[in-house]
Amino acid sequence: MKKVFLLTLIPALGSLFVINRVEPYIFGLPFVLFWSICWVGLTSLFLIIANKLDPANKEEEEL
Amino acid sequence: MNAALLVILFFLGLCIWLGLQARKGKEMTIEQWSVGGRGFGSLLMFFLLAGEMFTTYTFLGASGGTYRSGMPPAIYAFNCFYFVIAYWLLPPIWKYAKENKVLSQSDFYEKKYKSQALGILVGIISVVAVIPYLVMQLKGLGIIVSEASYGSISPHMAIVVAVIAVTVYVTVSGMHGAAWTAIVKDILILAVMVFMGYYFPFHYYGGIEPMFEAIDTAKSGFLLFPKQGLSISWFVSATIMTALAFYMFPHMMAGIFSAKSGKSLRINAGVMPIYQIIIVFSLIIGFSGVLQVPDLKGPNTDLALFKMAKLSFDPWFVGVIGAAGAMAALIPSSLVLTAVSTILSKNIYKAWKPNTTDQQLAKLTKRLVPVIALVTLFFTFNGGESILTLYLMSYSFMVQLFPALFFSLWKRNPVTVQGAIAGMIVGSIIVIYSTLTEMSLATVFPSFPNVIKDLDLGLAVLMINIAVTLGVSVITKKPVARADKDTNISNLA
Repeated sequence: MKKVFLLTLIPALGSLFVINRVEPYIFGLPFVLFWSICWVGLTSLFLIIANKLDPANKEEEEL
Repeated sequence: MNAALLVILFFLGLCIWLGLQARKGKEMTIEQWSVGGRGFGSLLMFFLLAGEMFTTYTFLGASGGTYRSGMPPAIYAFNCFYFVIAYWLLPPIWKYAKENKVLSQSDFYEKKYKSQALGILVGIISVVAVIPYLVMQLKGLGIIVSEASYGSISPHMAIVVAVIAVTVYVTVSGMHGAAWTAIVKDILILAVMVFMGYYFPFHYYGGIEPMFEAIDTAKSGFLLFPKQGLSISWFVSATIMTALAFYMFPHMMAGIFSAKSGKSLRINAGVMPIYQIIIVFSLIIGFSGVLQVPDLKGPNTDLALFKMAKLSFDPWFVGVIGAAGAMAALIPSSLVLTAVSTILSKNIYKAWKPNTTDQQLAKLTKRLVPVIALVTLFFTFNGGESILTLYLMSYSFMVQLFPALFFSLWKRNPVTVQGAIAGMIVGSIIVIYSTLTEMSLATVFPSFPNVIKDLDLGLAVLMINIAVTLGVSVITKKPVARADKDTNISNLA
């Protein structure tokens, strides 16, 4: 459960961390925007992995 | 009658048809009507929650905000925090709701704290917060349809027609109607936004990077967070506040109750961020307007998207955009109507007349839909500025319900009924007072550094609320002895 919690903590903190600069442009986007979009993707990734490992899913099936 | 109008009418017809269709093969008990019989799997939940999340804000607000203030509102629009909160908070809420046959958000508090008074208080706070939200959706819809029809339909006319449509299919199908129309809406919005977000920068600037470079040259600092005002400190606090308030809304809670399992909610939390990518396109549309239609002022900035569309496309396509926008307002409205009428009948009417049977309750709930719709229409046409003020308060209001909910999910709830009520009332009063007097942390503490002055006021009030809630709970002691097993959220404590 701890592992799952830490997994979800990463995107929670990461997405709030702003790198406030325009350059370099990546895929045509200002860096600050690109950085935030990355975290959208990473949030998804971390939460999907967390769900795979989450013992709560097993408990529910047993109910 | 122009091409745009025909397209909009077609999609409106489709919505009504799907909404009516949705009830087929189901006996409409109150549980079916209010929370879809708790049978929605991951896919339908995805569309339903996306339907709640992507409203006229995604459409006009995000692009308009970006057009007006540049990068800060753009990045605020992503809010990944929503999903992390959703991952931990929603499954235990759902589980408790299922085990205790909870039908509305007020129900949840009422049953958790075994207090009808608390249920009524929560009901009142959320109705007060959510009606302005509904009004703003309708106003948005009026503007969208009137713009998209090149003024051939007045905003008033559009709003009346839309309200009749929603009332009909919500009364008949309740939550099922909302979920099925949400699917059409999401697909349409996705297609329209992706196309425009790609087309504008390439057509007008020769690419995405050239567009941003042009903006950066013309308006230095527009692509960054400023040192004060909409600063990083504002961003962090507003993001957290919005995410905590988000799931407290009565229609969001009803959406959560409709899930089939806790797992489907967790999967959803993981998949929803992908959907946020749609917002990127909305932001690019907003940015593309900055140099192309530079003269929009005040509330008109929210029309940036439409100004760009009319400048660039044939009427029939403007009609498609209009239809997508109108649905972006219709679906959340239908969810709000469902949730509010459930609260009014189940938590307020039934508290007053306890021996109402379930059948009578189901009937009453449906009959309340047109009544609430009429009240909303009245405020939409007569509310004026006060509605906007209330709307600005709605998130700050809803977040006041968070502490009592959060602590109630602990294995041993440290909060008493008195504590919960005191916290909510104190929090709400400060929110009302501060909104009316336009108070912010900057006006209260003018000499503090910007890091503190720019903090979101709602979050600050939340801290006071938590302090009051816990303080009063310690004094009134006699904890509500509830040992909730397997409550995930307790691991956060």
